[in-house]
Amino acid sequence: MSDTASDTMIDISAIKLSNAQIAWRAAQDIEDGAYVNLGIGFPEMVAKFQPEGKQAIFHTENGVLDFGEAPKPGEEDWDCINAGKKAITIKPGTAFFHHADSFAMVRGGHLDVAILGAYEIAQNGDLANWSTGKGGVPAVGGAMDLVQSAKRVAVLTDHVTKKGDPKLVASCSLPLTGVGCVTRIYTSLAVVDVEGGKFVLREKIPAISFDDLQALTGAPLHVEGEVADLVCPEL
Amino acid sequence: MDKTIASAAEAVSAIPDGATVMIGGFGGSGAPIELIHALIDHGAKDLTVVNNNAGNGHVGLAALIEQKRVKKLICSFPRSADPRVFTEAYLAGEIELEIVPQGTLAERIRAGGAGIPAFYTATSYGTELAEGKPTEEFDSKHYVRERWLKADYALIKAELADPHGNLTYRMAARNFNPVMAMAATHTIAQASKIVPLGGIDPEHVITPGIFVGSVVEVAKPAQEEELNRAEAVYP
Repeated sequence: MSDTASDTMIDISAIKLSNAQIAWRAAQDIEDGAYVNLGIGFPEMVAKFQPEGKQAIFHTENGVLDFGEAPKPGEEDWDCINAGKKAITIKPGTAFFHHADSFAMVRGGHLDVAILGAYEIAQNGDLANWSTGKGGVPAVGGAMDLVQSAKRVAVLTDHVTKKGDPKLVASCSLPLTGVGCVTRIYTSLAVVDVEGGKFVLREKIPAISFDDLQALTGAPLHVEGEVADLVCPEL
Repeated sequence: MDKTIASAAEAVSAIPDGATVMIGGFGGSGAPIELIHALIDHGAKDLTVVNNNAGNGHVGLAALIEQKRVKKLICSFPRSADPRVFTEAYLAGEIELEIVPQGTLAERIRAGGAGIPAFYTATSYGTELAEGKPTEEFDSKHYVRERWLKADYALIKAELADPHGNLTYRMAARNFNPVMAMAATHTIAQASKIVPLGGIDPEHVITPGIFVGSVVEVAKPAQEEELNRAEAVYP
């Protein structure tokens, strides 16, 4: 028996999508006029890749809707930040509000899409993304609120962990952020929907076979109709 | 009626040992640095502090923790660019931590201010943060019962104040400040400027003065992010 899963798997490092490409793919699905919350870190890149003619309105849970791009270095106003504590700017249409209103927007189901990272996603849509369960200092932020109440909950993630273990699993082993909440997963190899308690493969990169993709996935991938090629521009 | 207090030191002088103190702000935006530093100088200890975070660097809330005045912290995200002060105190067992999802924290505070002892939210259902809490099903969805959160004092940061305690805020520095103002027995607001009655357009009042006990003018208030970039240490 091998020490790590990757010993028996194909080497995906040369063919997998970059984080920017995963974010680009997720951005293509955001409808014009959608209200969208982007998680801290790599999901923030989604804002850069909105397709021409589609204008999403971004929400940041510390109380800003429809903010502008990051200011130039040296021009930051640190009273104007996003949930990642990064400086943002205002633009025509920006609105400020307090925290209870901000999470009324979330909890009340007014957000169309929340896009987050993940440690593990289970085939029933359970998400683990806030705690590795190893001690240290726990920190949850707004993730538990977002995943239970946004209309769509999309996850951006590498298909496997750094050790090569599946991140799409039969059931989560890490502490849950939410139960049955994830609707679509954009990975470095595929686009997978969660429907009826199972993973449904919608797209995969052409360079990987279905069998190899399945071998890197911790629960059955179901095929319903066509599996499209997942092709992203060089970014 | 005039709620104006001459100095931050005088404003916090009645806060006793063992008090529960809500402190506004999200990261550095909206953190009432001068009031926190006055509280450090005042010397009250064994405090229970409610804040979204756990301080950054060695100023503001981090300095209050570093001076060993905080017995318990209730927050959603005890991480920051430099969270060492809290992290070391927590791992040494010197400070108790209650992690609350960010939207639940905001709503518990709002409920405290609005006289609503408990409410139901889908947030945290099925996770370890819901353990021991009553749950109920409404319209086929599961919800967790959460209790209100109240405080003896709130320290908040405003932009404009008038002698009745009517307040405005600046950009995303609003965040938790208006809801904390509602939830404390005595709310102390520092404002960049105290204007005469009539100096704030009634249409622009965000926090009505009924929620505010004292106002103190702190012209050109310190910004936590800027202090940390200058590697400031308090005291």
